[in-house]
Amino acid sequence: MKELETNDNGRRDFIKTVALATVATAACGTLASSCSSKVAANEKVKLLSPDGEIVEIDSSYLNYQEHLAIVSKLEARQGIAGKKFVMVVDLSRCKDARKCISACQKWHYRPEDREWLTVKLMRDSENAPPYWFPKQCFHCDNPPCVKVCPVDATYKRQDGLVLIDNERCIGCKFCMAACPYSTRVFNWNEPEMPFDIQHAVSNPETNIPAKVGTVEKCDFCPDRARVGLLPPCVEACPNGVFYYGDENEDTVSNGDETLGFKQLIKDRAGYRFMEELGTKPRVYYLPPKDRQFPVERGYENLPDKIKARYKDAMEGTEK
Amino acid sequence: MELNKYQQEAFDKQRPVIENFGKKTWAWTIFFMAWILLGGYALYLQITKGHGITGMRDNVVWGLYIANFIFFIGISYAGAVISGILHILKVEWRKPIIRIAEMITVIATIIGPVYILLCVGRLDRLHHLFIYPRLQSPITWDVLAISTYFTGSVIFLYLALIKDFAIYRDAKLNIPKWKQKLYKILAIGYRGTHSQNRHIRISTNLMAIMIVPLAIIVHSVLSWIFGMTLRPGWHSTIFGPYFVLAAIYSGTGVLIMAMWVYRKMYGLQSYLTDKHFIYLGYIMMVLGAGYGYFTFSEYLTGWFASEKWESEVLEKLFNPAKYGWWFLFANVAGILLPIVVVALPKTRTPNLIALVSLFMVIALWVKRYLIIVPTLESPLLPMQDTRIEYVKYTATWVEWALTFGGIATFFLFFTLMSKFVTVIPISEFANKGTTAEQPVLNENEIASA
Ligand code: SF4
Repeated sequence: MKELETNDNGRRDFIKTVALATVATAACGTLASSCSSKVAANEKVKLLSPDGEIVEIDSSYLNYQEHLAIVSKLEARQGIAGKKFVMVVDLSRCKDARKCISACQKWHYRPEDREWLTVKLMRDSENAPPYWFPKQCFHCDNPPCVKVCPVDATYKRQDGLVLIDNERCIGCKFCMAACPYSTRVFNWNEPEMPFDIQHAVSNPETNIPAKVGTVEKCDFCPDRARVGLLPPCVEACPNGVFYYGDENEDTVSNGDETLGFKQLIKDRAGYRFMEELGTKPRVYYLPPKDRQFPVERGYENLPDKIKARYKDAMEGTEK
Repeated sequence: MELNKYQQEAFDKQRPVIENFGKKTWAWTIFFMAWILLGGYALYLQITKGHGITGMRDNVVWGLYIANFIFFIGISYAGAVISGILHILKVEWRKPIIRIAEMITVIATIIGPVYILLCVGRLDRLHHLFIYPRLQSPITWDVLAISTYFTGSVIFLYLALIKDFAIYRDAKLNIPKWKQKLYKILAIGYRGTHSQNRHIRISTNLMAIMIVPLAIIVHSVLSWIFGMTLRPGWHSTIFGPYFVLAAIYSGTGVLIMAMWVYRKMYGLQSYLTDKHFIYLGYIMMVLGAGYGYFTFSEYLTGWFASEKWESEVLEKLFNPAKYGWWFLFANVAGILLPIVVVALPKTRTPNLIALVSLFMVIALWVKRYLIIVPTLESPLLPMQDTRIEYVKYTATWVEWALTFGGIATFFLFFTLMSKFVTVIPISEFANKGTTAEQPVLNENEIASA
């Protein structure tokens, strides 16, 4: 709890500094999405007020401590009251730039090739053109993984997130077999992490340090949401593919624009992937209509190692 | 304890087996120990280096180990169901074979769960299963079911052993002191009084009635680990009965093989007769037909409806370049062969029945593998953007070493057990006051054996 206070103070200080006290307290205090930020090269951070006003401030004002377990384990089980996190993925903008992947891996101190977020090359039917399909954990409302866990190590919170307590997980991998979306990854070997991260206090919200013999996956970055930041994948995407936000407040943001969640789904015919499985995902997709990039654009620039992963699918599309 | 004529005969026959260990047994023990040691080394590596040294990866999260787990729990049905049901039905000819059957049960139930532990990434946290139990999880059901089942089988085996222990205790066997003491303790003061007999009889009947449903629960729950998921090839309503039937089937096969080995090794032709092989062969044939029926309806419906994911798995099973040959083997050796061999009077001989049992048991092991791996290799989402080496599962030497280690443990336990107790129960031949004053066999049958 102490850390939490420090954090609140830090945020309050910063808010005062940018003299947005009244508007922004409401914004950052309650709404993660409208308090978006983008860390640019010159360490300036963009902030978005609910009125759509963009304010740029120095990032050092963001007095927020990376990867401190900011809540207790109990709170990490309960979740953030009043929230219902959602993500909307705009398939028409993705070109497999893979910036989301590297940002995610970096933020969580995971090696580049143990992705929590993958980009599939999807093709719905023979005559349908292929498209890139980024996929992270869907944080299902009826999660098959949670149902099967024998020790309650993976659980569903009131704010919709499905998290894993990797200090409780026994590594039976049942949840991996149960997840129909192959979302989860296992620490097959002793994970390599920086010394201080390895000895950080473990918390399901931060997901560090990784532990050998346990399961992990995309966590929707609740630690960042608590301090009003968007997940790294959302921030890093150069094309604004990911929108992250709160269903209760009906807003989602990709860092550049903040939109009404329901309106967005309505306007763009948003859908949930494999609705028929009954898992009720919290991630929505916008169909790949009017695509901004041809599929090959993403493929050409990939390193050979990554290219090899799509080889079969790519060959199928050229015919 | 006083022995009647038939008991004395059976005891004299088997007395040397439990009295001296013998060079041959030593050789086998050392041979099995060598395999177990290799398995132990593999286990040591797996624990110290992590599961990375197995072939399991993010897509195929389970492999050989789970196949072994299902397999061993399956063969444990020999004692539970076969001897349980035969006991309930009061089938007289069961008497010489029940001990072998129950030994299979207990030993296989010890080894089976070890394999599920081998899949667990954090063995140091196993106690979490008890301090944070979650009743909704099929794994918790498994833990409860298997431990109950194991306890039940041990009691069932022990109840049938008490009288024999008393016989060994009183027989002045030429054996070391500790062994004599052990027999004395295990015989728990059995003297053959009327009330003692009655208690044993009632308890055995109760256990026989309990063990059958328990066994059915165990394999059903086990099958639900797969059936409860949303994966093609697993998410099937018949998985419970399918697994149960396959388990009884493979248990019968192992029982026949064990009978064959003991008959050869200890010259027990007069007790384990041709009739036993033929009767168990009939049971095997019926079970094989049932199992074949389940297999057929499972794959026919999947293939006919050809839903996208289901057909992906089926394609892997039918394609000769993938698992096609294995699938064919599993069905020919696992279904057709035993039925044909038992059905034709010409081939209905102990040797051939034992041989097809061997094939059938191997085929059923292969089948378990084919249930696990192809499904895990066929996730709902296309398996792209995953490391190439994660796409297909190939077991590493570590997994094979532990597999053979487990099989060697099974044989070793068996060898040691048969040196400790007589594989043919002695006291079963004619209990005073029951109708079984006759031996199980008549003279003609002994001659033909
Ligand atoms: S691997 Fe861990 S999180 Fe997954 S089901 Fe097993 S104990 Fe639960």
